[in-house]
Amino acid sequence: MRRLVGSTIGELGKLLRAREVSTREILDAHLGRIEEVDGRVKAFLRLTPELAAEQADRADRALRSGEAGPLTGIPVAVKDVLCVRGVETTAGSQILRGFKPPYTGTAMTRLFDAGVVMLGVTNCDEFAMGSSTENSSYFPTHNPWALERVPGGSSGGSAAAVAAGEAVISLGTDTGGSIRQPAALCGVVGMKPTYGRVSRYGLIAFASSLDQIGPFARSVDDAALTLAAMAGHDPLDATSSDRAGNEVLSNYGGEVKGMRLGVPREYYDVQGIEPGVKAAVDRALQVLRDAGAEIVDVTLPHTDYGLAAYYIIAPAECSSNLARFDGVRYGMSEEDAANVTDAYSKTRRRGFGTEVRRRIMLGTYALSSGYYDAYYLKAQKVRTLIKGDFDQAFKHCDAIVSATSPTVAFPIGSRTQDPLSMYLCDVLTLGGNLAGLPGISVPCGSSEGLPVGLQILAPQWGENVALRVARAYETASGLKAEVAAVG
Amino acid sequence: MASPAWEVVIGMEVHVQPRTRSKMFCGCAVGRLGDAPNSNVCEICLGMPGVLPVINKAAVEACLKTALSLGCEIPRHTKFDRKNYMYPDLPKGYQISQYDLPMSSRGRLELGGREVRIRRVHLEEDTGKLIHAGDKLHRALESYVDLNRAGVALMEIVSEPDLRSADEARDYAMALRTLLRTIGASEAEMEKGQMRAEPNISIRRKGSDELGVKTELKNINSFRALHRAILYEVQRQTEVLESGGTVVQETRGWSDAEQRTFSQRSKEFAEDYRYFPEPDLPPLELDPAWIEELRRALPELPSARNTRLVSKHGLTAADASLISADRELADLFEGAVSAGAPARQTANWIVGEVAPTGKLPSAENLAELVRYVDDGAITRDQGREVLVESVETGRRPSEIVTEHGFVQLSDEAALQAIAEAVVAANPKAVEDYRAGKKQALQALMADLRKRAPQANPKVASGLLLKLLA
Amino acid sequence: MPLSKDEVRHVAMLARIGLEPGDEEFYAEQLSGILAHIDRLEEVDTAAIPPTAQVVEVANRLREDEPRPGLGQSEALANAPAAVDGSFRVPSIQEEA
Repeated sequence: MRRLVGSTIGELGKLLRAREVSTREILDAHLGRIEEVDGRVKAFLRLTPELAAEQADRADRALRSGEAGPLTGIPVAVKDVLCVRGVETTAGSQILRGFKPPYTGTAMTRLFDAGVVMLGVTNCDEFAMGSSTENSSYFPTHNPWALERVPGGSSGGSAAAVAAGEAVISLGTDTGGSIRQPAALCGVVGMKPTYGRVSRYGLIAFASSLDQIGPFARSVDDAALTLAAMAGHDPLDATSSDRAGNEVLSNYGGEVKGMRLGVPREYYDVQGIEPGVKAAVDRALQVLRDAGAEIVDVTLPHTDYGLAAYYIIAPAECSSNLARFDGVRYGMSEEDAANVTDAYSKTRRRGFGTEVRRRIMLGTYALSSGYYDAYYLKAQKVRTLIKGDFDQAFKHCDAIVSATSPTVAFPIGSRTQDPLSMYLCDVLTLGGNLAGLPGISVPCGSSEGLPVGLQILAPQWGENVALRVARAYETASGLKAEVAAVG
Repeated sequence: MASPAWEVVIGMEVHVQPRTRSKMFCGCAVGRLGDAPNSNVCEICLGMPGVLPVINKAAVEACLKTALSLGCEIPRHTKFDRKNYMYPDLPKGYQISQYDLPMSSRGRLELGGREVRIRRVHLEEDTGKLIHAGDKLHRALESYVDLNRAGVALMEIVSEPDLRSADEARDYAMALRTLLRTIGASEAEMEKGQMRAEPNISIRRKGSDELGVKTELKNINSFRALHRAILYEVQRQTEVLESGGTVVQETRGWSDAEQRTFSQRSKEFAEDYRYFPEPDLPPLELDPAWIEELRRALPELPSARNTRLVSKHGLTAADASLISADRELADLFEGAVSAGAPARQTANWIVGEVAPTGKLPSAENLAELVRYVDDGAITRDQGREVLVESVETGRRPSEIVTEHGFVQLSDEAALQAIAEAVVAANPKAVEDYRAGKKQALQALMADLRKRAPQANPKVASGLLLKLLA
Repeated sequence: MPLSKDEVRHVAMLARIGLEPGDEEFYAEQLSGILAHIDRLEEVDTAAIPPTAQVVEVANRLREDEPRPGLGQSEALANAPAAVDGSFRVPSIQEEA
């Protein structure tokens, strides 16, 4: 059984097609692993054994009839913000407790059609707002490499599930770094696609102009396969692109010889970067240089303003996106109320956690009469400048390389009192969201025994570029996403 | 009405449901009044977590056609925005609408020889419906939410404050309805809620250039209610100001039952709508070639048709405006005329007989009927019978005339005997006539028509006059 | 700029988030701290810079006007905390009389 846990999609696919194992056996192995370690990791909020059994049987039939694809029978864990018909989906919030969507989101439908087996729903920061999964209204998830530390966030449950061997792949969402940062902190691969590559239909929105769905995986190829299955235009999402070119997710190659990789000095020397993280990035740059890449200096001059712009734009959009949670059509409802306004206020005060309320308040303020120009409009203009910085930088390089997170996983509880220190976790990732870029984080060794991630950002629609660099680094460094023993 | 010292200033916001099969941002069917509550809904218009809007092309086209027919400017670039406020009839907690870059602006509507300026026409989505337990809103213990209407497309047509009376405001709304129906943009039935008029009303001292404090009226369900509500509100404001008070800026509801307006929401509690660009929808780039195509496909507008009915067909101003105000009547008129019927007589029949019933014959059948009467082959009374039957059965007037034996009796020899009998049977009337009471002839004609309904009135009266001479 | 308690109350009213004891002080302090960081945006000269609301490359994404089946009443109401005769139930709607 143990040989099934910790495998990649490719390895399991070979076993499945050779009939050495059945989908059922793979499923049972992972359910066993969950049983074994999830009491300590707490990656999952709930399991979906009936759905998994049904999907596993269907996958086995597809394998027998020769209709199987690369993802057939692969166990996947799903972040608690992606709607699956009939499966309780709560965005990590009490306000949605008990909510069972009457529909399945497009990315999930496509993965199900590709034959994956859904294990269950993973923990996350409430409404994906956070960088540690401590803002979950249920419980914090623990980093499988060091249980007293955070797994990162907001998709911490999905990252931890892959790191702990509980799932082969998992899904997260990335609004300011919520896939890449936990991937880095948990030592797995995590990818955020170009804005518009994957339909957002069925993703419980945090900040609509920034959100994207993406995969966690144990290898670059696994991440690309998963992304390819979800990508492409969806008539239900007007912001999803109809450009042809999802082939960039399969034929990306693995050579960096002759490529120019930009290192922005503002990222390299970002405030608060740990020496051990910097050293790991230096080693990674040397590996890439040795593999034939040219490392060049680039500059992203408005980096210092990224966090400020992000913390206006994302809360502004969230304040509107979360207005629908009023206790009328679904979710929690405070019955003891004098009138509708009172009912709304009580429901939302009690149903939302501290961080969500803080951001709704901030966003409401930034959009309110008299402050719109000073905050929201100003932030949008700075967004233009930040996007322009990337456009300029990509004139001098093919991809941008940096640490994913300035720090390794920090102890649970160490940053919860100071929101700004938590927000700084995203300082190297949120630029990619503001500019709509694809980005990937791959394991690049460790610092103080904890995983460090290398982030590769590419121009919009250049997933193939990011994937090529990532795979070249993966090959040249010999660093694989290991399965944590979970002590 | 306001006393002569005051001038009334009215601007109109009219919401119109464009003629679409599905809702503005989702594929739900546009339901009808009387559908079971929450039966025309999906995850999108219910505002479920995770859903996204996609713009209905037919709604955009209806809005652009409306804007073009009002002579509006169409920008190259437009977008949708979110208007944020939480209310139980608004599932997402925001309404997708248009704020600073609407789909059109600066048009005009011709109204009785003058122009009412149109500020803008834009597109948005409707809210659901609330049903309150108990008889009064403010006493309701609880309310029920039906979201069938939520997400249905709405055009908002905003005028400048160019209207000066309740009559003008009503005429403006009626002219808009005619226009919308003519171009096929909407059914625009107020009673069905497809068109909702919300007048902004203020009054000011005659000669003043400043606008007074305005109130906005809601809950108006008919042209008649619109007229009455404005009259009431003008009177109310006049009384407030003349007794030394001040008008409060607020939204007031019209109660049809009580025939009065009442305060709904004062601007002190005004929401701050926090408009911002809808991130779920890419902007719209309005290609001038597309706009031109829509413009070319527009039918003749009521104002142009009205002019033509007078100049080309020689109709009276009254007949022309009545006929041109209804596209079906105007089509019937021109159809009948091109089928060979004389224009003024056709207009007479349409205004006098067709329009009041609202039941239309085919143009060919009307043309045939008008010719029968005009030629003197049947009487006007017979013609009316033929019209009713032709509308009901769709049969040709010629068949009906033959079947009923409707022939106009014009033969002098045959009518001579009847005329003599009438003279003999009415000695008093004959005496009166000969004594100079010329109207006594009418009594004789009435008796003649009783004896011979098919008699040609002209021939018969000629014979009577000869006998009386 | 720091946020006053009055502003906190106003924003909480707009956002329909109830205030419990201690909340006003909490938000005033926390939001003021975040805004102190955000105020650095003032340093950036954006006079000639257009705003970016979206990073999508598409425009005119329109849907044909074709109805498709919805959920049906029972599924529409399945998650409702309170439903009566096919409708969602809400407490009294208080308006100025």
